[in-house]
This record gives sequence, structure tokens and C-alpha cells, in this order.
Amino acid sequence: MTASRTEALPGDIFEESAVLTVRDLSRICAVDERHIVEFVEEGVLQVIEINTTEWRFSGDALRRARLALRLERDLEINLAGVALALDLMEELRQLRRELEARR
Amino acid sequence: MEFKDYYKVMGVARDATEAQIKQAYRKLARKYHPDVSKEKDAEARFKEVGEAYEVLKSPDKRAAYDQLGQGPAPGGEFKPPPDWGTGFEFSGGGARDSAYSDFFESLFGGQARESGGRRGAFHPGRGEDHHAKVLLDLDATLHGGTRQLSLRVPEIDAEGRLSSKERVLNVQVPKGILAGQHIRLAGQGARLPGEGSPGDLYIEVEFQPHSLYRVDGRDLYLDLPVAPWEAALGAIVKTPTPTGTVELKIPPGSHAGGKLRLKGRGIPASPPGDFYVVLQIALPAADNAGAKAAYEALASALPFNPRANLGV
Repeated sequence: MTASRTEALPGDIFEESAVLTVRDLSRICAVDERHIVEFVEEGVLQVIEINTTEWRFSGDALRRARLALRLERDLEINLAGVALALDLMEELRQLRRELEARR
Repeated sequence: MEFKDYYKVMGVARDATEAQIKQAYRKLARKYHPDVSKEKDAEARFKEVGEAYEVLKSPDKRAAYDQLGQGPAPGGEFKPPPDWGTGFEFSGGGARDSAYSDFFESLFGGQARESGGRRGAFHPGRGEDHHAKVLLDLDATLHGGTRQLSLRVPEIDAEGRLSSKERVLNVQVPKGILAGQHIRLAGQGARLPGEGSPGDLYIEVEFQPHSLYRVDGRDLYLDLPVAPWEAALGAIVKTPTPTGTVELKIPPGSHAGGKLRLKGRGIPASPPGDFYVVLQIALPAADNAGAKAAYEALASALPFNPRANLGV
């Protein structure tokens, strides 16, 4: 074990304040900006504002982008497959939730 | 060091074709991928499979690995041969977030990672952002507070070998954070040598199961047992909530599975979640003469057929 710290670091909830650009997502996820654009074209990520000259994403896009990148890399599936997997995972989550509520 | 039989891990024969190896990998990866798998040891198995594939998919690495033969007798110690690696040139593998086994590193470490493929977008003057995932207790988000988080941080040393070290951080958990959201710690990512600002650290949050409450997004659920007469006649009962015990009014004629909502008493996010009480009817045991008599009196007083809508 190294680099132990004693003072508490103040953490903020990233999703609450974040409005992200393509460049932000590219930096945080460490991928080319082109890849983020492909995510939008394939429906993996939703743009929340298109009135400005630049695309904007909500903070939730971070989790989705990271998940998509992991699936793409680890399962060797193409973007269309990733988009489908994300939709099905979301549906599965909803169904589990309903099942739980009926329990 | 433990010898790893990569063919066994992948479930393929030693003379498997590249296509067979690829096929085996995809099947195992789908089965054990931590984002989709329900298997208990998914993460460990997935890492193992990924490492095996990293070696077997590359003709160079596979040839080098095959040179080792079948490894030592089970339980035996493995040491790479002294002339290991001569005559082979490894081309860069895919970038990963996690470290390989010591076995892998002793064979391919330092050569396996110079190209990161599509990862590693270049942003001059700023250290890379780091990512981690932690399991928090639910109280951390309900009440906020400082938690000691232990993170595995991948590190690339001077020889280019990836290893992971433990990093312990005391973090003020922001009240109201939800599963799947990230705590951002500014400046706690990678530092560049010399000048330039450090990257940030993003910690994705998941919750440990709570003894009383189930979590669904920002809402909380509590199963609340009530007596049959409390459900039938209505009652005021004590109920635990994250902000303390409350007196909850059970309406007359309540049934099992009925939900009561306490608005805004879920996870204190913005907007706050709701707190749902799910009623369960608990039956007192008929284990003494008095209890039996009471049940018998109920049976004779009520013409009740609970199976009426089953047609019997």
C-alpha cells in the first residue's frame, strides 16, 4: 500500500453539474473525438442541445460512453451491436424493476 | 509463479485455429463480461479469459508461449527460460484498464502495450483522467460523510509494464449520489512529469445491499410486516425511514403487496427520491389454546373463501 492520505477530499457528483462537449467526453474516456461522434450517429449517445454550434451532453453520457467502450473493446462488437446491447440492457433493467415491484 | 494454461482457460485444443480461438473468446467474453454477466466470479474469469486471448490471438505471442510446452507439473513453480523472448518481436496489444497476471508480465510485460489503438487520445499539457468503481454503503449517500476508499490504480512503470497498486483515499461522499453516478475528484488523476495540470479521478458508485431498504434509482423500498387486523382495520405503526422512525398510517382494507409512498424520503438527490413501504401480512402462530380459539372464532364469524376467483 502506498500514498495513503489522511485529509478527506471533497467529492462532487459529476452528473449533477456536468454539461459535456465532444471534447470533454473524448478526454475523460480517452478516445478520439471521432469515436464520440460515431456514438452519436449510432444512437449510443444522445445530444441534449443542438442549438449551439457545439453538441452538448448530459453528465449521464459518461457512464453510457464508458460502458459502450468496454463492450466494444471486450466483446469485439461493432457500434450497431453496442447500441443494440445498450438498449436491451436498459430494457432488462426496466423489466427487473417491474418484476421486483410485483414481487 | 503459477503457470497459466491459456488453452485450458479458453477451452480450446492446442492446435486450435485462429478462428476457433476467436470464437471461443467471444463466447466466454459474453458470458463473463462484468457489465452483462450474472455469474458470481465474472470479473476474475473475464480477466483470465482476456489475458489468454491476448496471447493466443497473436501469432507471435502464441508461438512464444507454445515454446514453453505444457508447463511444470501441477502445483510446480514456473520460471521463464533464461533465453526467453529472444527471436520474437511482439507487436502492441490492446490497452486495458487492469493488470495482467505475474505470469503474463514475466513473459510479455514491457512489450505488450506500446500502442493503445483507439484509446489514448492526446491532450497536451494535462494528465490523463483516471477511473475507478467502488461499492459504498447506502448510508453514505443517505447522510453523506467521509469514507475511506481503497482503489486499484493501474500504473505503467519506466519499463512500460502495467501493474496495479493500491491507493487509499479519504473521500467526502456527496449526499444524494445515485448508483451509476460518479464522484469527481479534481486533480487526483495522472500527473505529468514537470509542468501541466493533473487529470481528474472519476469514481463510479454502486451500493452494497442494505439490511432494510432496496434501492431503485433514487427511490427506496421497505418491506413492512403488518398484522392481519392492522391491514383490515387500519392502524398507525412505527416505520423506520432513512431520516428516522415515523408513525405511518395504514389505511383500512390494506392488502399484502400494497404500497404506501412517503414523498421525498428516498435518496436525498435533487430532486429527492421517494420512500415506498410495501405491506406484508404477517400471521401470528396458532401455537396455544387462546390463539387457536381466536382463529376458530374468526373462521366461524367470516364467510371467507380466499380461492373464490380460482373457480373452486
